[in-house]
Amino acid sequence: MSTRSMPFRGSFTSREQVSVYEFSWLATILIPLVAIFIQAFLPTKIRWLPIIDLPMMVVIFFAVARRNPISGCVTGAIIGLMQDVLGGPAHPIGMYGITDTIIGYLASSLGVKIDIDNPGSRFLIVYGFFVIHQALYYGVGHGLLRQALQWSWSHVAISALANAVVGVLVFNLLDRFKQR
Amino acid sequence: MDTFLGRYKNLIVLAAILFAQIIALAMQVRRPTAEGETRLIRVWATAAVTPFEEAIVHTQKWAHDKWNGYIYLRHVDQENQQLRAEIDRMKLEQARLNEDATMARRIQTLLAFKEQYVESTVAAQVIGTSGSEQSRVLYIDKGSSDGIKADMAVITPTGIVGKIVQVFPGSSQVLPINDQLSGVGAALKALRLQGILKGAANGTTTLQYIMSDEPVKLGEEVITSGGDRIFPKGLPIGTVASVEPGKDLFLNIRVIPSARLDRLEEVLVVTKIQEKLPDATDLGPIRASDILSERLPGVPATQAVDAAGNAAGTASGATNPAQPNGPAGAAGAKPGAATTPNPVNPAASSAKPGAAAAPNTTKPAPTQTTKPANGSTTDATTTKPVRKPSLTVTPDASKPKPAIPPPAGANPQ
Repeated sequence: MSTRSMPFRGSFTSREQVSVYEFSWLATILIPLVAIFIQAFLPTKIRWLPIIDLPMMVVIFFAVARRNPISGCVTGAIIGLMQDVLGGPAHPIGMYGITDTIIGYLASSLGVKIDIDNPGSRFLIVYGFFVIHQALYYGVGHGLLRQALQWSWSHVAISALANAVVGVLVFNLLDRFKQR
Repeated sequence: MDTFLGRYKNLIVLAAILFAQIIALAMQVRRPTAEGETRLIRVWATAAVTPFEEAIVHTQKWAHDKWNGYIYLRHVDQENQQLRAEIDRMKLEQARLNEDATMARRIQTLLAFKEQYVESTVAAQVIGTSGSEQSRVLYIDKGSSDGIKADMAVITPTGIVGKIVQVFPGSSQVLPINDQLSGVGAALKALRLQGILKGAANGTTTLQYIMSDEPVKLGEEVITSGGDRIFPKGLPIGTVASVEPGKDLFLNIRVIPSARLDRLEEVLVVTKIQEKLPDATDLGPIRASDILSERLPGVPATQAVDAAGNAAGTASGATNPAQPNGPAGAAGAKPGAATTPNPVNPAASSAKPGAAAAPNTTKPAPTQTTKPANGSTTDATTTKPVRKPSLTVTPDASKPKPAIPPPAGANPQ
């Protein structure tokens, strides 16, 4: 039982304290690796899978469960950089790294303030963070690297919806690895 | 100071991590890797991931082969029959195309026209992707240890796939033609117009630099032009799906790739392309009369019968008025030898009704018959009745026939 609690500093939840979860070192290493592996391998079999961003979901999950911005930053940076190294020549190392670092920071900061243990809030969090993630990626690619990326609101909205649905299921699965 | 660091610790860490990554990005943009060079971290990551991907793909293929090869054999007999009928049909088509190819090789030889040949390929399996919508690279299970090098073409029997961009010891990274960084020298097959096929971030492919006044039609085939020095000339790329006016007087032509880029399993890496003159040694001697005979109209069967009858009756080697340089051939005579009457022993060149010979050609017209699966026979000489003056005497040779007659009873599919 390694449950810790931290003082509540916001006003978005009725609970006075929010739980901070920890994970075993095995889960901390294997969950991101498996997510990246699935993300790289399954699109050869399921053609629409690239619209689902499993590594980003793992970043959000760890960040909101640990509720530590520094931990969220580091987790996001590591997972993002691991995603980057599998990319092609159009994908310099750091694009996902920067994006996921910010997502990790924001998710952990938000996790401190609101309850994210129910499916409804998880759906909204994943939906919102996916849109932010896409916007950050577009900003990095278009703004820093001058890449010819295309922004489509409809595509982002539909992708975010798919990610939110999958995210709720993935979060439920990953809840089993939480240590209370 | 301690209070400041403690208060803004989270933001300082965030800024530090972001700053480090932006510097790393800037360094990559400033100093890209040299041609064929790969960043070490990518080598490590690929070495860590690809063995698992290979294991899964190969296990899946093994199970699939065993299931389909030994257990699930439903409809196999029916499929075999369909395939046999298809082979018969293709044999007939091949006979026709062989003549065209022979003619083309002769012309290429005369013009000293160099041709590109795909000399060797390596079969590879697709084992992974980048997992990103923005980067569409693929990973295959063959690498430098299999002779793969950067900039080699990757193709399938249906169309081109892309090119090798990074090579690792046991795997390689393929940049598909629908990636935004991809560019392929392409040409419209019918119009013979050349352009560049570019990929886009959303995965579409467009043919660029075709002038807006060109009559490009939907469904027109797009092939490789060979201008990029990666893909050999003439490989299929895809078909035109839409034509819209673009900017700067060029058309915006969207092309649907022939190869299923989103469902690739096995691909071929072109490891060697040879550029050489077509081999004319197997064509035999080329004479002016050969070329002339190719241009002459076909000989009606009735005339051939008459000529054969005359030859048999008079043994004088009477010439056909429709074909001044080629009298009726003699049965059993070698091709070429029977094209001119034997002045010493004209009876030696006598022809029997129903026999066949090609006049003045080094290669006789195909007279063999093929037997489709249902047992009926089809005369192969009718595959090309116009260009090749055939003297085959068949009861229905005077009737026009389609270029590729389907075998009777064959499944049309």
